[in-house]
Amino acid sequence: MKVLTANRLTDGIAVWYADGGWADIVDNAEIAHDKATEDRLEAIGAAAYAGNEVVDVNLIDVSVVDGVVEPVRLREKIRAAGPTIRHDLGKQAARAA
Amino acid sequence: MYRYDEFDHDFVQARVAEFSDQVQRRLAGEITEDQFRPLRLMNGVYLQLHAYMLRIAVPYGTLNSKQLRMLGHIARKYDKGYGHFTTRQNIQFNWPALSDIPAILADLASVEMHAIQTSGNCIRNVTADHFAGAAADEVADPRPYAEILRQWSSVHPEFSFLPRKFKIAVTGAERDRAAIQTHDIGLHLKRNAAGELGFAVYIGGGQGRTPMVAKKIRDFLPEADLLSYCTAILRVYNLYGRRDNKYKARIKILVHETGVEEITRQVEAEWQELKDAELKLPEADIRAIDAYFAPPQLSDRPEGDETVKLARLDSKRFSDWLDQNVVTHRHPDYAAMTISLKGIGEVPGDASDSQMEAVADIAEKYAFDELRVSHEQNLILPHVARADLKAVYDALVDIGLATANSNLISDIISCPGLDYCALATARSIPIAQEISRRFASLERQREIGELKLKISGCINACGHHHVGHIGILGVEKKGAELYQVTLGGSADENTSVGEIIGRGFSSEEITDAIEQIVETYLGLRLDPQEKFIDAYRRVGPAPFKEALYAGEAKAA
Repeated sequence: MKVLTANRLTDGIAVWYADGGWADIVDNAEIAHDKATEDRLEAIGAAAYAGNEVVDVNLIDVSVVDGVVEPVRLREKIRAAGPTIRHDLGKQAARAA
Repeated sequence: MYRYDEFDHDFVQARVAEFSDQVQRRLAGEITEDQFRPLRLMNGVYLQLHAYMLRIAVPYGTLNSKQLRMLGHIARKYDKGYGHFTTRQNIQFNWPALSDIPAILADLASVEMHAIQTSGNCIRNVTADHFAGAAADEVADPRPYAEILRQWSSVHPEFSFLPRKFKIAVTGAERDRAAIQTHDIGLHLKRNAAGELGFAVYIGGGQGRTPMVAKKIRDFLPEADLLSYCTAILRVYNLYGRRDNKYKARIKILVHETGVEEITRQVEAEWQELKDAELKLPEADIRAIDAYFAPPQLSDRPEGDETVKLARLDSKRFSDWLDQNVVTHRHPDYAAMTISLKGIGEVPGDASDSQMEAVADIAEKYAFDELRVSHEQNLILPHVARADLKAVYDALVDIGLATANSNLISDIISCPGLDYCALATARSIPIAQEISRRFASLERQREIGELKLKISGCINACGHHHVGHIGILGVEKKGAELYQVTLGGSADENTSVGEIIGRGFSSEEITDAIEQIVETYLGLRLDPQEKFIDAYRRVGPAPFKEALYAGEAKAA
């Protein structure tokens, strides 16, 4: 299972591809369950990169926990939440608020 | 301290205008990321995990109050209320929007600061002893030479596209506080028998995946020859340094593969061509730069002794802080002090916007407007009258920066690690915090004595783990963080690279392992005066291995 992630060009904020656009949180990212969808997501990422919407585009491994998308690797977990040492920063800050 | 002349102002303003235009064109989609990346890197803009990161140069770690106040302003206005001081004596902001960076650079330029050459394969910010100009053991202030190197290396046409980044450090004392032997070029300013100033020159030091201690290639280089000799070194490196493999591209690899004798011969041969030409520094020019670094007028303040004595009686905490964070100044009525950015359980090197502003106020009121950033990620007030120490201490207590732990086990160097860095393989900061909390007791830390603990979150070694008395390297193994321990590293005048002690530890085990190492040291040291590093050098790794792993061997 993979989702498409990148950083927004204007402010560098981490984003994930969901519902036909780039979302600020990973929760509802569109999941590729098969190679064909991976290819489609990759093409979307390449187009968004070429269109100067996002940079550093990657497909990352995820699992689904309680109906919510969760990255597999620690690096991506931290990108999706924010620094583990500052819960007031990053995506987790808005979640807590 | 150095003040920009007209040329410097024009140069920095021109760069702000140029990069602002590049950012605008990037945001408008007129240039691609591939075209933009090298441009942003030349201006200190990285892309990290959560956002862009902006690294701002603090030349040889010297700042005035106005500049620190501006950094506080930038933290508040454009970032998330804090900044991170680094091992290159720079500061990084972790959350700036690309669209705000032109405004940030314009603000910086208004206080004679910039982010030029804080990244890329060029000559980076030249670092220096953070006690320069104040230390009692100093031969001469190394910063004028660092400034000369800065002027020479800024957008140097020949050295802007080197095989890899290039780092220079200068110290002016026998006691090396600038870690010069871990640099591409390390310069030790000293006097010869005739009393003339010059440098012992070291090359090929570095950390990263292939740590090497620099080799001395010249015992005394006259000060007038500084630029011609550095040019000769850079030329040899630029010509022969490897460009085929990023991991073998630093000068340390060239020195290692060529051999010290041969590379010294090459440098000297190149230098013969250069030494009597236009790069020879005119005496008048050196002294003109020197004048910028003239120490403040330190009037006698003999009342300091009595004031300090009484304040000590009044407050044990002040007394402890004095013993730990205050060092001897060349003027007996003054002191140099470390403002620890390593509060127990805090993030090493981080300071909030209001802390930066408050420290700027303190420096303005009590320290002749002068501040330093140390490569150990602390702030320094180099000139404070002993009579004012208690007032400064009280002001630091008010802002939570009066931790007495300079050079103790909780004075940890740590890179940002996987909490921020796109290159990291493991987190470093939470490990630093946990170790700091474990050893929170000042009494216990002082019993342990001087101990340099350094943590990196990947093999690039930004956290200097190779040269920590205790070094910790975080790696990723089978999807989990694993921490490898090295012992016996050192970054002073007796630089050494630490040795890996054995298998790594999980994040849950690492603090216990560090405690076990410390307890082992306490058990075997000859007396409380024998420092950890000296004890390690005497006994070697065996007792530490035994303490950490003997149980496993028996169980197996």
